[in-house]
Amino acid sequence: MKVLVPVKRVIDFNVAVRVKTDGSGVELANVKMSINPFDEIAVEEALRLKEKGTVTEVVAVSIGPAQASETLRTAMAMGADRGILIRHDGELEPLAVAKILKSVVEEEKPGLVIMGKQAIDDDCNQTGQMLAALLNWPQGTFASKLEIGDGHIQVTREVDGGLQTIDLDMPAIITTDLRLNEPRYASLPNIMKARKKPIAEKTAPECGVDVSPRLKILGVSEPSKRRTGTRVANAGELVTKLREAGVF
Amino acid sequence: MPALVLAEHDKGRLSEATAKTVTAAAQISDTVHVLVAGQNIASVSAAAAEIQGVARVLAADDARYAHQLAEPLAELILSVASKYDAILAPATATGKSTLPRVAARLDVAQVSEIVAVEAPDTFLRPIYAGNAIQKIQIPSGVKVITVRTSAFKAAPLGGNAIIETVAPAADPGTSRFTSENLSVSLRPELTNARIIVSGGRGMGSKENFILLERIADKMGAGLGASRAAVDAGFVPNDYQVGQTGKIVAPELYIAVGISGAIQHLAGMKDSKIVVAINKDENAPIFGVADYGLVADLFEALPELERALG
Ligand SMILES: Cc1cc2nc3c(=O)[nH]c(=O)nc-3n(C[C@H](O)[C@H](O)[C@H](O)COP(=O)(O)OP(=O)(O)OC[C@H]3O[C@@H](n4cnc5c(N)ncnc54)[C@H](O)[C@@H]3O)c2cc1C
Repeated sequence: MKVLVPVKRVIDFNVAVRVKTDGSGVELANVKMSINPFDEIAVEEALRLKEKGTVTEVVAVSIGPAQASETLRTAMAMGADRGILIRHDGELEPLAVAKILKSVVEEEKPGLVIMGKQAIDDDCNQTGQMLAALLNWPQGTFASKLEIGDGHIQVTREVDGGLQTIDLDMPAIITTDLRLNEPRYASLPNIMKARKKPIAEKTAPECGVDVSPRLKILGVSEPSKRRTGTRVANAGELVTKLREAGVF
Repeated sequence: MPALVLAEHDKGRLSEATAKTVTAAAQISDTVHVLVAGQNIASVSAAAAEIQGVARVLAADDARYAHQLAEPLAELILSVASKYDAILAPATATGKSTLPRVAARLDVAQVSEIVAVEAPDTFLRPIYAGNAIQKIQIPSGVKVITVRTSAFKAAPLGGNAIIETVAPAADPGTSRFTSENLSVSLRPELTNARIIVSGGRGMGSKENFILLERIADKMGAGLGASRAAVDAGFVPNDYQVGQTGKIVAPELYIAVGISGAIQHLAGMKDSKIVVAINKDENAPIFGVADYGLVADLFEALPELERALG
């Protein structure tokens, strides 16, 4: 079975994000970019399934500018077998991404798509569910454990009240949560090897998908700042202050 | 056309997230309907009918909705979707899983986790872990929206909506519920708690969380945690507050042994009063704290417990 893993190039999670002064977006120039952390977890999970022998090939796909090939190299340095780059400059809405991914799925015919539950830039948490709906596949969102059976998969999900386990027919879409696994670091030899792995390139129009935006971004602004607080000397003073503030 | 709100409920109880989502929906449309899907939901439908501003409750009572699986639930919403120009759900695990399926099938975009309605077609939503606020417009088509409930007040009770039965929709039959392992706690649920006491890696162990539990019990508080505390197995996953966990905005949030990474701040920085207890005076959590106590938590927590009387 083949597994498809979509990976997105995003601002590194450690970077302090700055809103552009003209309110058109956030500053992306000269900012460290990385693979979306949830997608890294998705790559890791696919690799573990391959190491167990359940999966024969792990294909990474990224949709984005030319530099998104670096994100594919990261996935391949971890162990993904090959990459697909769908070239697109500028923002894409989750629906457009899901449509592009649908066309890739139809071509590649994976038994499973494992992807991040959200991208840490737009925080949308939509693409996996949309892809599942477009393909009419079941979905296991916010997964913290996977167990593949014969033609079906058990997914343990992080839900609001704790954990829920569901059973899905395959093919299916899985979206990863933080505790599914701890991604490996790519070793130097594997980074070298990844440079020789193939990346196939295409554009969004070549996928036959209309990616024009449906939403209009009217502006991006700084969140309101909290007022600066005070230090208290001990727990007793803290309780006094909280009583004064009327919390209890 | 009216707006439809997907009700959030569990074990026969309507969640307050529903009334909060109704508040957002009422700012988008003059008429609001609520869809209750589940099994044995009479009490939930009755509670939804009492929310002020709700004109009609659609009740779909069927075993296929017992566990809120996204596939059948999305089909149900789609079966009534043509009557609505806005479809909203609270940004809960169920809402987040289900609504994008609905949007994709309607061939429209979804706007996730709105925190304000600027105009019936224009919304504010946080991006980059709350480090920026996006103002976004849905120029045409059905509006499919999830609502960050911590940003909206619950619509009051006192309504008297009609309850109407809706037929279940075809179940794709591709997903099945197996089991669940839910945290049992007598403490207030995080997204509803007036006070939250939250512990991080600094707590050191599962056993040490008892120090926080004692304080939570004295204050009637809910218990939260950072990702590091959950990853380390100190507490279950549903305690996690943050960008990718629960988003909370209580009257009082007490962060203990939590450094204040942006991903954590994203989940709690809209709390009314923030208290930080940390031994590192440079910890970023102090940057958002109204009251900061630089101290070893193993000394500060027993002291705090005594001071609370
Ligand atoms: C994709 C992604 C998503 C994430 N989502 C979330 C999320 O939703 N929520 C979240 O919380 N994090 C999230 N994180 C993780 C986040 O980046 C931080 O790693 C995490 O919040 C750190 O938890 P912490 O503050 O408990 O631990 P640390 O950063 O290790 O801080 C521990 C703190 O405890 C203090 N301390 C230690 N001992 C004592 C003592 N005896 N007395 C007093 N203070 C003490 C230390 O001074 C330190 O400040 C996410 C990360 C990524 C990459």
